[in-house]
Amino acid sequence: MNWSKLKSDRRIAYVAFIALGLVLAVAPFLVGAGLGNGWVRILDFVLLYIMLALGLNIVVGYAGLLDLGYVAFYAVGAYLYALLASPHFGLHLPAWFILPLGALAAGMFGMMLGTPTLRLRGDYLAIVTLGFGEIIRIFLNNLNSPVNITNGPQGISMIDPIGAGGASLSQSFELFGMQVPGIYAYYYLFLAMALLVVFISLRLQDSRIGRAWVAIREDEVAAEAMGINTRNIKLLAFAMGASFGGISGGLFAGFQGFVSPESFNLMESIMILCMVVLGGMGHIPGVILGAILLTVLPEALRYIGPLEEFFFGRVVVDPADLRMLIFGLALIVVMIFRPAGLWPSKVRRREFSSEAEVLAHEQEALYDASK
Amino acid sequence: MKSRLLAVLLATMLFNLAACGKKDTAPGADGAVVVKIGSIQPLTGPQSHLGKDNENGTRMAIDDANAKGISIGGKKVRFELFSEDDQADPKTATIVAQKMVDEKVNGIIGHLNSGTTIPASKIYFDAGIVQISPSATNPKYTEQGFRTAFRVMPNDVQQGKALGDFAVTRLGAKRVAIIDDRTAYGQGLADQFGAAAKAAGAEIVTRQYTTDKSTDFMAILTAVKSENADVLFFGGMDAQGGPMMKQFKTLGLNAKFLMGDGGSTPEFIKLAAGSAEGAYSSLPGLPLDKMPGGKAFGDKFTAKYGQIQLYAPYCYDAVSVMIAAMQKADSIDPAKYLPVLASIVYDGVTAKISFDTKGDIKDGAITLYQVKNGKWEVLETVGGAEPAK
Amino acid sequence: MDIFLQQLINGLVLGSVYALIALGYTMVYGILELINFAHGEVVMIGAMVTLAVVNMLMASGVDLPGLMIVAAGLLVAVAVCMALGFVIERIAYRPLRRAPRLAPLITAIGVSIVLQNVAMLIWGRQYISFPPILPSTRHDIAGAGITDLQIFIFVLALVLMAGLVLLVQRTRIGRAMRATAQAPEIAGLMGVNVNAVISFTFILGSALAAIAGVMVSAYYGIAHYYMGFLLGLKAFTAAVLGGIGNIAGAMLGGLLLGVIESMAAGYIGDLTGGFLGSHYQDVFAFFVLIGVLVFRPSGLLGERVAERP
Repeated sequence: MNWSKLKSDRRIAYVAFIALGLVLAVAPFLVGAGLGNGWVRILDFVLLYIMLALGLNIVVGYAGLLDLGYVAFYAVGAYLYALLASPHFGLHLPAWFILPLGALAAGMFGMMLGTPTLRLRGDYLAIVTLGFGEIIRIFLNNLNSPVNITNGPQGISMIDPIGAGGASLSQSFELFGMQVPGIYAYYYLFLAMALLVVFISLRLQDSRIGRAWVAIREDEVAAEAMGINTRNIKLLAFAMGASFGGISGGLFAGFQGFVSPESFNLMESIMILCMVVLGGMGHIPGVILGAILLTVLPEALRYIGPLEEFFFGRVVVDPADLRMLIFGLALIVVMIFRPAGLWPSKVRRREFSSEAEVLAHEQEALYDASK
Repeated sequence: MKSRLLAVLLATMLFNLAACGKKDTAPGADGAVVVKIGSIQPLTGPQSHLGKDNENGTRMAIDDANAKGISIGGKKVRFELFSEDDQADPKTATIVAQKMVDEKVNGIIGHLNSGTTIPASKIYFDAGIVQISPSATNPKYTEQGFRTAFRVMPNDVQQGKALGDFAVTRLGAKRVAIIDDRTAYGQGLADQFGAAAKAAGAEIVTRQYTTDKSTDFMAILTAVKSENADVLFFGGMDAQGGPMMKQFKTLGLNAKFLMGDGGSTPEFIKLAAGSAEGAYSSLPGLPLDKMPGGKAFGDKFTAKYGQIQLYAPYCYDAVSVMIAAMQKADSIDPAKYLPVLASIVYDGVTAKISFDTKGDIKDGAITLYQVKNGKWEVLETVGGAEPAK
Repeated sequence: MDIFLQQLINGLVLGSVYALIALGYTMVYGILELINFAHGEVVMIGAMVTLAVVNMLMASGVDLPGLMIVAAGLLVAVAVCMALGFVIERIAYRPLRRAPRLAPLITAIGVSIVLQNVAMLIWGRQYISFPPILPSTRHDIAGAGITDLQIFIFVLALVLMAGLVLLVQRTRIGRAMRATAQAPEIAGLMGVNVNAVISFTFILGSALAAIAGVMVSAYYGIAHYYMGFLLGLKAFTAAVLGGIGNIAGAMLGGLLLGVIESMAAGYIGDLTGGFLGSHYQDVFAFFVLIGVLVFRPSGLLGERVAERP
């Protein structure tokens, strides 16, 4: 199929757009009817992880700064929400106020991380960001004494659900005479936020800043020589990426109603990084695909029990034993066969393959005036 | 690419439908009504050995109930186990909880950790499904005002108080050192222990910390040594407690070593590798062989699944008390048997079980043990602290 | 004073284990510029295999001194881990040698998850205890205690590191390793079999990891399929602290990290007037790391290399 042709045809683009919108709009009801509400909740988490992955994509994918402590910003957003809207301090500020505040706070933490690490490159940066993530988690885990701020490992419970004017999204609502649980309402909120994040990512990508990030990624010295203020541009990448994480964190806290430090461990950072890299670094559709796959796959693999029964007539190996094993294998296999990610951007694909198809594609693009 | 995605989605959908279909047709075979019991524990990750143990305890209770051939509401019923892995992760826990609600389970045994139990409890409450946690000890769990939330394990406040009193009155503690593993369980218990020991007149000379993944405790133990403590309390699990005890002896400390239920396992003795002698621990409830049916349970479990790790008996009790409530209410509908469960008095294998208004186990007795000749020996049973507040 | 000495001993023993594992990270990084995230898992497999052999020998009732039994287990473990290191490189890294830099990182994480779960399938979910068959007599030095086992671990680690330095500096294969690290393509042109050198590096690193695994499990008396993650993380930190890619740096970083952790746990409470306690030991270690990297962006002993395209 020739994507660029499709893209250039506006009519088809509009139709595809509307179709996609429709699918997204009814998705929770389809999934809920076909697979149960458990999968609607998974869908909610998929959207949450899309936001997180896109945030990390700014740092890793656009600016090429390897960040292994991204979950720290998620934690900052989540704890800010939890502290300002729970009985813990007796504060109950509204969500529309806390969410942007969380983004701001996380962004500031991003700058805090960025400042001392400006000179560091590649893997040195990776270990420092990893350390930063751990530091934040350890503080959250331990700040229950001498002054109780985060309630330590016990976590903060009974967090207010996201809502406005007395109505909360967690309550089930009635629609066409059907009782619809709160997870559906959250789906639309998360969808709106995710679309916003996608939109910002898209606009950033094509902006002056976005091109500056790519320039730094490809060659920092050259970028500096071209007059890019690498320090500010790098800090901006950290801050932007972090603020997406902060928003997601706030949404997570309101959605779950409970936060504790165990949600923000290193494995979580690594999984988000896997989403970005596996999907296709720097390419928004790829990153979204990565987030979807890595959130859905572990859940889908819960069905290997029934599958084994189907094929062998009984459960041969305990499915719980196999689930993560298959997940790990999938990571290896995908990367070996698609080293640039499942759905890399055209530029990257060109870098890592010399297939005739791609070459032909390039030729074509060369003469395509509308490009 | 999109079509591929759709295919994946469709495929999983089909599997699910196929799986559901099978489950629905199965009970027709022997004409019994199926009662679904959900068990959610971490089955992968560092705590999976405890999770599997819980699952086994739950499974055995269900098998035993089925062997008895119970009838509820005039119909023969068959109990079926639905087991899922929550990876000890709060996010996964809520997803799995939602699935259990979809599955329309009649009751939930779980989760293992407080961090997963609390966020999931809201989902069960919203769906009106009874949840009994075998091992979550965070007081918050039952303080949320969810009438569906129960536990058969005394909470941190209850157990910490019993341990603190024991340390001061029986072990004669004057200078107490406390270490905790910075988990919800370890920190909660250690805090309550400290408060109780202080109230009973002991001095807390040092508070040290480790993590639930550590193996090296030499540094913090050296710090403890410098304070000349006479009792060292560790709030944490056997996997850290055993090696800690060993290193404690290596460093030549001569304080008394005390742990909560997390240390009260044969594993502790094995991991301490010959250094466990003299250690103290507590376990909620009465010793297994003091309870009617307790010894039989222990023997049967060991024969079937190997050594009891820790909480399997509590899971067994959680299922049994749930089934007893169903029988008494003559209904498998959570809404119907919930009020019965709330007021039930039931002889379990770990204790006489009844719940207070919040859903905590009432007047939970706590038994203290000491390692003698390489085995945990019962020291005494203290009559249970007053439930919190 | 004895407390200080005791903390120093604690730290050095812990640090020598870190150093041994860090060597595996650093050698691979020096040659491939790749973080072998699965290295911690190799350590775990080494510990598990040794334990399996030890327990088997003990169960079969062979009457051998404890040290011999452990040595037998160690030999098997080293062999298994060497094979494992070779296979990991062939399957997960070699196909990706020309791929984007982060691709092998993901396969490494995949390998790590797979190894953990395979170990869980084979050895179960329980913590496994190491039988107390090694001598652990306690000696007193100026009021601080040290056991035979601690001395043994520390000395063995030093011997191994010295051996490794000799190997890299004085032998043919060592020269080939250095050449490959400097410029793989030129080394190839000069007749170095680059693939063989890389395989050898993985095998060597894995052998050291296996030994470290045995040390850890014998010292702490415990092994678990999840133990590799934290050890690997700490050792990786140590390697970076010393300057990743630099063998002497890994040793220095390892020992230093061990001592820092130990001292932090022991003294952080006193230093901050009880405000921070031993729960901030890792925070302290990371702050030291960040501090070092801010002033020396390539680690303590790392050289400032010009950006390679």
